Amino acid sequence: MSKNGAPWQENFKFSMLLYDARYRGLTIQISVLIAFLLAFFWLANNVVQNLADLGKPIEFGFLGDVAGYDINQILIDYTAQSSHGRATLVGLLNTLLVAFSGCVAATILGVIGGVLRLSNNWLVSRLVAGYVEIFRNIPVLLWIFVCMFTFTALAPSPREFRGADPEASMLFMDSVALTNRGIYIPEPLFSRPLGNIDLGIFFVSIELLLILACLIGGWLFVRKNNARALQIQNDTGERPATFLVNLAAMALPTIIILIALGFHIGKPELKGFNFKGGINMSAPFIGLWLGLTLYTTTYIIEAVRSGIQAVSKGQTEAALALGMRPGRIMSLVVLPQAMRIIIPQLISQYLNLTKNSSLAVAIGYMDLVSTLGGITLNQTGREMEAILLLMAIYLSISLTISVVMNWYNNRMKLVER
Amino acid sequence: MSNYEFVRTDMLPQQEPPSDTVGVIGWLRANLFSSFYNTALSITVLFLLGSVLMNAVPWVFLGIWNADSLSHCREIFASQYSDGREYACWAVVRDRWDQIIFGYSFGNLEEGLFWRPVFALLFVFVAITPILFPSTPRTLYLATFATLFIYPWLIWGGSLSSYLSIAVLIVAAGYVYQILSKYMISLFSIGLMLVFLILGLWLLNAPISALIHLILPFELQSIPSREISGFVLSITIGIVAIVASLPLAILLALGRQSDLFIVKKLSTLFIELIRGVPLITLIFVATVLLKYFLPKSVNLDPVLSVMILVTLFTAAYIAEVIRGGLAALPSGQKEAADSLGLNYWQAQRLIILPQALKISIPGIVSNFISVLKDTTLVSIVALNDPLGIATAVRSHTDWNGIVWELYAFIALIFWLMCFSMSRYSMYLERKLRTDHH
Repeated sequence: MSKNGAPWQENFKFSMLLYDARYRGLTIQISVLIAFLLAFFWLANNVVQNLADLGKPIEFGFLGDVAGYDINQILIDYTAQSSHGRATLVGLLNTLLVAFSGCVAATILGVIGGVLRLSNNWLVSRLVAGYVEIFRNIPVLLWIFVCMFTFTALAPSPREFRGADPEASMLFMDSVALTNRGIYIPEPLFSRPLGNIDLGIFFVSIELLLILACLIGGWLFVRKNNARALQIQNDTGERPATFLVNLAAMALPTIIILIALGFHIGKPELKGFNFKGGINMSAPFIGLWLGLTLYTTTYIIEAVRSGIQAVSKGQTEAALALGMRPGRIMSLVVLPQAMRIIIPQLISQYLNLTKNSSLAVAIGYMDLVSTLGGITLNQTGREMEAILLLMAIYLSISLTISVVMNWYNNRMKLVER
Repeated sequence: MSNYEFVRTDMLPQQEPPSDTVGVIGWLRANLFSSFYNTALSITVLFLLGSVLMNAVPWVFLGIWNADSLSHCREIFASQYSDGREYACWAVVRDRWDQIIFGYSFGNLEEGLFWRPVFALLFVFVAITPILFPSTPRTLYLATFATLFIYPWLIWGGSLSSYLSIAVLIVAAGYVYQILSKYMISLFSIGLMLVFLILGLWLLNAPISALIHLILPFELQSIPSREISGFVLSITIGIVAIVASLPLAILLALGRQSDLFIVKKLSTLFIELIRGVPLITLIFVATVLLKYFLPKSVNLDPVLSVMILVTLFTAAYIAEVIRGGLAALPSGQKEAADSLGLNYWQAQRLIILPQALKISIPGIVSNFISVLKDTTLVSIVALNDPLGIATAVRSHTDWNGIVWELYAFIALIFWLMCFSMSRYSMYLERKLRTDHH
């Protein structure tokens, strides 16, 4: 039979699905898949059955209905007459706002704290260590409560600003009002406005676009100018002065446009029972922002510290031997190498902060959970749709952050041969 | 020639170091005032620290411990200090500490139920001793197994026999597996063991429970889940989440590491889905949606459903910790197991997992810390964890207006628990690291 050397073939038997390592994997996978699908359909079937019994099939039409509730802090136009979908969008923007401000503040404080943690000043490094140990071992929700209630208990009420001899006064030349309802800061105004562009969902002011265009143009020019300077430096060894030209390119067009549009600052003023005008950062926003920042900073401090300590001591010593000053050693030698260790940890802390911002619901900041998962859910009774949508939105935010930060991480990674 | 050369013939005695480099002054110079910049930093920090402490220390230490209400506290401040300032009203902590720690169910000291959570916690300490300190005798693992059933009995109450019968069935299932595995491949014996366990829980649970009740007729006052509150609730959710999530987490970690495509993708999907959403949305799922996912006949109370979802949440995070432990093992371990002829599960059970889990313990401890801190989120869905109780106390007429005192007390307890655990985890990490060298 096997005269011509054809490979010996065994007939396939069903028992081989279990006893033959080549096929067993397949059996296990198919049975796992079947079990998963059965479980999934069982859950889905229960949902459909239970919702049908209650007479509310899954549909997202409620997002178009009138919301009928007010939101205390809005970034885009919103009234009680707007739809639930619009309220969700406002909530999403509020979530992104507090997450973004928290990430920025926590990064700045965390990097400073991480460097101070390693300072050879005993008092400072012990103080930072104490701060880290105290804040990271206590739940973030408790910190949010403490920040919120401390702010509302200690800041003066708007009433105290009134009268000829008020108990409280505004800060920074009467431009910032710190009250227990929130902080009012000046807003930029234009006396010769150009109007808005309707993007369908929200308006974008043309002034803002113009200024952004100027800044981007200036930045492109600065890049080009720096590249030219580098070229000249490579060719001749002399680097031409670029600072003044760069500064002018960034600042001059913007200043000209601001003057042309009649830029001025609108200060908040006490009218009636509260302040009017200016930008209002509501008390829950301040409490949430402070709480999240103070808590997340501790993790970033530890990330920065471990990153800096992971850079081999020889690098610092070599830089010292070259005669560099300590500050420049940190910024030019140590930190760039430490960044490769710090950034992955930073990414996970940004993700944590964004997810923790959902605790806003506990203190009444109108974020995504408070609007879609709170009032909208209670008013429409659409639990299934609202919570699934909520989870889907958070999932996409998390995925976006990790994709963007991983792309950045890959760019920063040491290129190895 | 005059001889003006001088040659010292004896050794000079060693000189003392300059007085400004030793002792307190030397330490201060080296650590606080080594340069202009450092001096400025030290003085600024000292000034800031001083001004904070000047306000905080009197507030804390001049506080009142004996009062009936906040207004009573304020009267005492006015009569005792007469400087118009407010100090801490610690009387609220003295009044309500038992509620915050033991909750509404065990907190009433007159009813005398608070020994139950205390004993439950003691049992937990005994149970984790063999895990935390490997030098202790291995028979203590029996206590670990027993605690799995005694802890719920002490917290939820009821008859001891109903918990013990489950323990008996699990032990029996273990023996069934051992006998079966001699005759067939492990895949079959595991399946048959599960069938035996499910059938046993369904059919044999009641008779065995009744039988045990005849021998050990111990019964405790039964506490419904929704009445468990205070730190007892936080700690119970934390412990249930960690213990119940471990088996699931191990399976997920193995699944994510395995070569089987579908198993790997499903594990990854579950882990990333859970890690991508905030815990609060999962708690909403527990309290609002879980009843839709289950048949009508199942009636879960909110605390149990929260425990289930927190368990799933923890499992996803611990799976990643264990995956790290698995990845850290040299591949020689698996190859050695293969060459000895061990099959997959034998290799995992005898060679891989014991080592991987040992490396993962610090990560699991820090996950326990975060779960414990995250349990405060249940106050958002109106369960009475310490923060929920604090809100209730603050809205009581006697203590309306209290801000920091209650939170300071709760924060102190959380801090003591989390700080000691994180120190332990760091100690373990150091110990494990030196093991390798």
